[in-house]
Amino acid sequence: MGLVLTEEQTLLKETASQFFQEKLPVANLRKLRDEKNADGFERSTWKEMADLGFAGVLVPESYGGTEFGPVGLGIILEQAGRTIASTPLLSTVLLGTTAVQLGGSQTQRQDILPAIAAGETIMALAVEEGPHHNPTQIATTATADGDNFKLSGSKTFVIDGHIADTLIVVARTSGEVNDSNGLTLFLVNTSGTDGLEITRTIMADSRNAANVTLKDVSVPASAVLGGVDGGWDVLEPVLDAGRIGVSAELMGLIQEAFDQTLVYLKERTQFGEPIGSFQALQHRAAEMFAELEVCRSVVLDALSALEERRNDVPSLASLAKARLSEASKHITNECLQMHGGVGMTDEYDVGLFMKRARVAAATFGNAGFHRDRYAGLDGF
Amino acid sequence: MDALEQFRADTRAWLEENCPPSMRTPMPEDESPWGGKRAVWKNPESKQWLDAMASKGWTAPQWPSEYGGGGLSKEENKVLQQELRRIKARPALMSFGIWMLGPALLEFANEEQKKEHLPKIVRGEIRWCQGYSEPGAGSDLAGLQTKCEDKGDHYLVNGQKIWTSYADKADWIFALVRTDTNVKHDGISFLLIDMEQDGVEARPITMISGASPFCETFFTDATAPKGNLVGELNKGWTIAKRLLQHEREMISGMGMGSGGGGTGLADLAKDYVGQAGGKISDATVRDSVARQKMDSHAFGLTLQRTTEEAKAGQGTGAASSIFKYYGTELNKRRNELIIELMGTQGLGWEGDSFSEAELSAPRSWLRSKGNSIEGGTTEVQLNVISKRVLGLPS
Ligand SMILES: Cc1cc2nc3c(=O)[nH]c(=O)nc-3n(C[C@H](O)[C@H](O)[C@H](O)COP(=O)(O)OP(=O)(O)OC[C@H]3O[C@@H](n4cnc5c(N)ncnc54)[C@H](O)[C@@H]3O)c2cc1C
Ligand SMILES: Cc1cc2nc3c(=O)[nH]c(=O)nc-3n(C[C@H](O)[C@H](O)[C@H](O)COP(=O)(O)OP(=O)(O)OC[C@H]3O[C@@H](n4cnc5c(N)ncnc54)[C@H](O)[C@@H]3O)c2cc1C
Repeated sequence: MGLVLTEEQTLLKETASQFFQEKLPVANLRKLRDEKNADGFERSTWKEMADLGFAGVLVPESYGGTEFGPVGLGIILEQAGRTIASTPLLSTVLLGTTAVQLGGSQTQRQDILPAIAAGETIMALAVEEGPHHNPTQIATTATADGDNFKLSGSKTFVIDGHIADTLIVVARTSGEVNDSNGLTLFLVNTSGTDGLEITRTIMADSRNAANVTLKDVSVPASAVLGGVDGGWDVLEPVLDAGRIGVSAELMGLIQEAFDQTLVYLKERTQFGEPIGSFQALQHRAAEMFAELEVCRSVVLDALSALEERRNDVPSLASLAKARLSEASKHITNECLQMHGGVGMTDEYDVGLFMKRARVAAATFGNAGFHRDRYAGLDGF
Repeated sequence: MDALEQFRADTRAWLEENCPPSMRTPMPEDESPWGGKRAVWKNPESKQWLDAMASKGWTAPQWPSEYGGGGLSKEENKVLQQELRRIKARPALMSFGIWMLGPALLEFANEEQKKEHLPKIVRGEIRWCQGYSEPGAGSDLAGLQTKCEDKGDHYLVNGQKIWTSYADKADWIFALVRTDTNVKHDGISFLLIDMEQDGVEARPITMISGASPFCETFFTDATAPKGNLVGELNKGWTIAKRLLQHEREMISGMGMGSGGGGTGLADLAKDYVGQAGGKISDATVRDSVARQKMDSHAFGLTLQRTTEEAKAGQGTGAASSIFKYYGTELNKRRNELIIELMGTQGLGWEGDSFSEAELSAPRSWLRSKGNSIEGGTTEVQLNVISKRVLGLPS
């Protein structure tokens, strides 16, 4: 059980913290947004991150990775959350690596893992088909066509979809919509593939997502990741890793929003007093603090469950995602309210935190989805 | 086998031999082993179990053995607690002496006082109650007025306490008294008073749950020898605060430690609300149960994290400031949920149409309301967090 960081992890936290504060502060996201940057992230900084070993945290050393493990990645994601940094950490480093590690053939691993570690390839998971997370409701089809498969369907909210070199497409090779059996994962090259259309969607949080349509996209059988019809065995643990990763990012986000608000409460005066001296605000701040402490325990345990490959990963992923989704809504709302009028302005960061929090809360299942799942896993 | 494993094996064997069978069953409230001079042992095996445990000092496992304690290390105590849980042993002794007074005496009392009082606490011979609150001094505890005068060879005490839990059953009271009326915090002393004297009277107060475990306690020319003053004269506030920490830990740990606070809710819901396909049939009820269980789980992990941080020497204590507030609010919600799940069967007061468990549900629910008042209210905890931990201005 690792609810306490080791010395090495504490060091990583400091490195990551410094990196995001200096290289990818909130101002960076504003800049990408304001200049309508087509990529929605900075390639040069991504390269620097790869050089620091951040891209290869889950990649084994034999494939050129740094192997800091899930707790290490969680630490980096938390720091990224503090500055709402736009990076492919989630799409590529967490989801991409996990999927290839779990389902990849020897060749696929050899092809992809070193490239991820080097920051040379970007991956994206194309799973959702509707406005709510529902990973079994897959209508996209993949039909065998000689040695190939033909993929047709459409995907939405594909994180980093428009900058990805490779998509992991979840398609149905058999079974009914809503069935977790009969799903298959395909690695789809985004350049020079006929019938594939990817459009970036501009989201409230100014972070990267895209819509993808596939019209008779032909891929070779070697593009199957994991087993045909057995995609769920890879997809579910990948999603759980994603849920825990998003929770770690949200942890950093709510901590930062809270810290900034605390500073504001001490500085802003009204009625001749700092507003932080009013009990109506003090009690709410204390409640937020309690919530943050509880969230931190949940995220740490979820990350260590992942690292130790414990069999309670699914229920901890749901616990973490439900809790952080709800806490991030509560805390960003409160932080904005406590900023008064200036909280409504674009100039203050608190609005950006709130927007990112809502998108993150919807990513891979909101609080309701995960309470339902937790209950099911617990047998009631 | 390393020493700790040897200790486990010995403990297991000893418990096997010394824990009577009826002490491995759930404990009805009227068999709670509070000890004291006037203890009534409805089940004689409770007394036997207490004596056995006290002979090893295991009613206070980590206190030094010179004062009757078990002298165990933290690790050994953990093993002991695990072994007790394993056989579902009842507590051998429930005691404010062990939970609150003892730790304060160990820290602040002189040698004579420790030798006099600690062993009796360990053996459950003397039952203690806590005389802190007064009608005008609850949250603002330091506003207390109970007067204590120096009469040369003894102290003379006059005044009134309130909410004194189990005062009518207690033998001694540890009380905060005013020894200087000119200053607030620096005029308070910590005094041990024998209640077996004419000048002390405890009158029970009936609570909303129908029970009356709390009293008003009156002191009319009550006396205490000078050797009963703990610490220095007028320096009782420091002791009082430390003791409150122990009290808060006790309250927040009760019934909801380690995330176990969600146990049984789902089954209760299935029984009283219904089930369909293995799920609780009502979606909103199912959601409420999931919420409660997840909150308990999350809180349990937080207790665990704080312990681990302390062990790793990284503890800042910040997280523990939330326990009293969070734990008691959680426990209140749990009790609200239970009576809701039981429906009207959880709202009965007496009679044959309700089972014993059903009749205890509304009483537990009502009792739980006191969790966020006793030992410092939720509001006062939030004040402490916002000022001491978050550094918000006054
Ligand atoms: C959308 C919008 C439109 C507006 N339109 C106009 C307009 O047309 N004309 C105009 O003149 N103004 C306008 N305002 C300004 C508005 O009236 C002020 O924002 C509002 O009065 C709050 O003041 P403040 O922003 O300075 O917040 P502050 O007073 O700094 O408050 C900050 C936080 O502290 C809390 N707080 C402050 N004092 C206390 C206290 N004593 N006890 C407890 N909590 C306290 C507040 O509730 C808030 O949460 C507008 C504001 C907004 C957001
Ligand atoms: C079940 C139970 C057992 C108890 N056992 C004992 C015992 O054994 N011995 C003993 O000495 N005492 C005992 N108490 C008393 C307990 O410590 C007091 O009730 C408690 O400290 C609150 O004081 P009060 O009841 O005077 O409430 P008050 O202090 O009058 O508070 C009334 C309300 O005002 C709020 N309030 C007060 N001050 C502030 C503030 N500064 N900011 C915001 N809100 C505030 C409170 O939170 C509360 O909601 C017990 C109480 C209960 C309920």
